[in-house]
Amino acid sequence: MPMYIALTYTPDVDWTQPEYAEEMKEYAAFGEAAAAVLRGGHALYPTATATTVRVPGGKGGEAVTTDGPYTETKEALTGFYLLECADLDEAVAVAARIPAAWNGAVEIRPVIRF
Amino acid sequence: MAAGDAVALLVREERTRVLATLIRVTGSVDLAEDAVQDAVERALLTWPRDGVPAEPRAWLLVTAKRRAIDVIRREARRPAKEWDAVALHDPSPESPGVVRDDLLRLVFTCCHPCLSLETQVSLALRTLAGLSTAEVARALVVPEATMAKRLTRAKQKIARAGIPYRVPAAEELPGRLAGVAATVYLVFNEGYAPGEGADLVRGALADEAVRLARLLAGLMPDEPTVLGLLALLLLQDARRGARTDAEGRPVLLADQDRTRWDRAMIREGVRLLGAALHRTPDRPDPYVVQAAVAACHALAPSWAQTPWDAVVSWYDVLLTVHDTPVVRLNRAAAVSERDGPGGGLALVEALDGLEVYPWWHAGRAELLHRLGRAQEARAACERAAALGMSAPQLEHLRRRVSAPPG
Repeated sequence: MPMYIALTYTPDVDWTQPEYAEEMKEYAAFGEAAAAVLRGGHALYPTATATTVRVPGGKGGEAVTTDGPYTETKEALTGFYLLECADLDEAVAVAARIPAAWNGAVEIRPVIRF
Repeated sequence: MAAGDAVALLVREERTRVLATLIRVTGSVDLAEDAVQDAVERALLTWPRDGVPAEPRAWLLVTAKRRAIDVIRREARRPAKEWDAVALHDPSPESPGVVRDDLLRLVFTCCHPCLSLETQVSLALRTLAGLSTAEVARALVVPEATMAKRLTRAKQKIARAGIPYRVPAAEELPGRLAGVAATVYLVFNEGYAPGEGADLVRGALADEAVRLARLLAGLMPDEPTVLGLLALLLLQDARRGARTDAEGRPVLLADQDRTRWDRAMIREGVRLLGAALHRTPDRPDPYVVQAAVAACHALAPSWAQTPWDAVVSWYDVLLTVHDTPVVRLNRAAAVSERDGPGGGLALVEALDGLEVYPWWHAGRAELLHRLGRAQEARAACERAAALGMSAPQLEHLRRRVSAPPG
């Protein structure tokens, strides 16, 4: 069966703060409801904790880091799920139940299986 | 018709059906297209010389399957399941029910909502209508390389993202069917009223859209959306011969020579409209209602005898299921015919969100002109021009607003 990654894009949030407890419950409820197709996933710390790494000198060169996410946007990557679904229709139906779908957007991409 | 042309037509008719079955059997759009193309080329070569086989579709299917097996043998990297599917499949002719289901699968895959609308239109023309990539590119005014890339990406997305080859379940069918109809209607409109350029009617695209709508109506003869779509296209396309004058300039509906309308198409459209209305007693369907508006025009002996009350009423019905500024603009135009330009202009000017739509300015220009407000009419005309109205339409509008009112 195809595997999909569902990337959640929402306003930047710090899931460890108590004000997000209610929202976390919604995600937990989704996790239970979609348990049959969930193959993994995590919430991410806010973009303020992100580090972007590049090696401009090419392979083996010195790593250069910048403080912050790859792109600064209004909505940030705040988490991801791995879904194993029969096809894109099923993956869309599952993604539509992730709270991020109404708080922002969910991008689903097929995962290459070698 | 020469023997070669008759064969070409027959091959094209059968091609989509054979392709649809082969996609299901091989699980690959690319492989199926390659194999069917090969079979089509063989048919075009041998049939005019040796005669058309008794079962043309079965001949094409068997030939295409053999080709698919050859390709899979050569490319050992193909997944084993493709090989099994083709090898195990009995090459006997498919039953009509299976062919119908395969075609439906192909329709719903090409018009899948996870593909962009422009991709759906391109796939409908390439895969469903069977035009070549070069023809699709020409029809949609895109460079051929761009179109080839778009089609390749679409096929990759279908395969890699797992867009299913399946007819939607009953509960999702109405929504998905509306998407299919929208794609076909877009093909028609591309041919009917292109946004730019001097080429008013790209007839070939309108022909393809009617052909696609006929295909849908043949597959789903009880779906009102599909019947309404075909009725609407026929009733609009019936006017094609009267829409331009000898110099290729546009002729407004009001001024068209109605003896040049295609009566056979109108009869068929009205009959389909009746069948579609019969099947929508509870909830109006937007395509059926638009076809009803088109029928009011098609059946009126002259512009002056158009039943404007009925036209306005149908627009009121349409607004209950499809409330858009463009529908309101069309309704305002009908009201201005019924009640005079003053009332129509008030409705047009009350519409929000159409400032970027050339037809809104064109509509205002016409009504201002009729009210004798010449300067404002010319200004509205120039706004329409700035927003990219097609050259012949624009020339007509400019002539109109510089003539005396009446």
